[in-house]
Amino acid sequence: MTSPYPILSILGILIVGLSIAALLIWVERRLLALWQDRYGPNRVGPFGLLQVLADTIKIFMKEDWIPPFVDKPIFVVAPAIVFVTVLMSFAVIPVAPGIIVSDLNVGLLFFLAMSSLGVYSVVLAGWSSNNKYALLGGLRASAQMLSYEVFMGLSLMGVVLLAGSFSLPAIVEAQKKMWFVIPQFLGFVLFLIAGFAETRRIPFDLPESESELVAGYHSEYSGMKFGMFFVGEYMGVTLISAMISVLFFGGWLGPILPGVVWFLIKTFFFISFFVLVRAALPRPRFDQLMSWGWKVMLPLTLANLLVTGAVVLFWR
Amino acid sequence: MFSILRTIWYVFLHSFRKRITVQYPDQKPYLAPRYRGRIILSRDPDGGERCVACNLCAVACPVGCIALQATEDENGRRYPEFFRINFSRCIFCGYCEEACPTYAIQLTPDFEIGEFHRKNLVYEKEDLLIDGQGKYPGYNFWRIAGVKIGGKDKGEAAHEDAPVDVHTLLP
Repeated sequence: MTSPYPILSILGILIVGLSIAALLIWVERRLLALWQDRYGPNRVGPFGLLQVLADTIKIFMKEDWIPPFVDKPIFVVAPAIVFVTVLMSFAVIPVAPGIIVSDLNVGLLFFLAMSSLGVYSVVLAGWSSNNKYALLGGLRASAQMLSYEVFMGLSLMGVVLLAGSFSLPAIVEAQKKMWFVIPQFLGFVLFLIAGFAETRRIPFDLPESESELVAGYHSEYSGMKFGMFFVGEYMGVTLISAMISVLFFGGWLGPILPGVVWFLIKTFFFISFFVLVRAALPRPRFDQLMSWGWKVMLPLTLANLLVTGAVVLFWR
Repeated sequence: MFSILRTIWYVFLHSFRKRITVQYPDQKPYLAPRYRGRIILSRDPDGGERCVACNLCAVACPVGCIALQATEDENGRRYPEFFRINFSRCIFCGYCEEACPTYAIQLTPDFEIGEFHRKNLVYEKEDLLIDGQGKYPGYNFWRIAGVKIGGKDKGEAAHEDAPVDVHTLLP
């Protein structure tokens, strides 16, 4: 069910994905402002929309400084890794029937693999910066990713059991009768929490916790390299939101409106939820984060998987 | 766990609150009449300068941004020959206004005195002096004070009795 015009869908997803990631800077600032009873950027253009453009121009004009003490090749490559891996993951997201870059039969595994590769970016950035705060950030990122990746993958296995396929369009098709959020509610909550950790968003932003580690792994970065980390983070938010809507909320399925619109509505809803959580929650301590991951989330995920497996086994 | 969800819900409820930002250049904030902004020198109801160049404001000023030189006119009225406030130093504490015995120096609710060049922030007497009486209308120091100036002898001030000739009190 790959698209008849693959180049078109590649370009479309690339351009739309990148513009959404850029626009998210504005969306996040406006939404945070709304929830803090402020206005946010509303001066540049209508509703401050051109703020995105202004920020982009500004970040391109900034000096791209590479400190003399860094490990130069790795330092330069690190921001590209996060960007590339997130973009690769978008290849398997089914936006609508026929609009998908590559309908892999192991699409879900591909997504998990790519999001795990993303952690190399953070670790290498922290390592090559030759700076203790950056290194601490990278260290935290690797520990956090290791512990949250485990149950992130496992929390999705319930969906795979119900759909009987790793292919994302097939998973969406399997939700025609009922969205998987109902039978797999626990799986959805677990995946959501793992998604926050995966994108290093605020309740789990310990790798860059600016109040303790300057800016964590990207302390030494400036200019567009710093911007790449941010675009990567926003792309990651979009990716996780898109994955949630595909895996648990029926992707493009919905009445009246065309599939693409339903997909975008659901994705935007979860992006807003990411911002809402950022506005609401503080950051936990690192040992709390680890023990929460290993002692609470992992057993819950395993229990969810066992129960789902048993139900599927006896039902069929 | 419940408190986390409750926090998220309470923050979400802020979507329906009124925003408290005052959009400044379009929407001017309300400033109280006693707001401590740009400093002015006021005049008395007759149009004369209130300032008597007593130097108390310059002494009270914690950053020393006020400079003035006292002189006297032909009527014997003291007034400042020059009066200079360096607003790049001024911290708008209002001590000068408190120290002033004649209500001459006053702070106003105007804060938009930004300049591109620092030296433009040094205000001379003609920049400071206004035509009105500021916050204390009707007050005229020279009418009340017992000091003798041209056109007003001793004992001719308001609420003042003529001076007593002490020699008439002799037994």
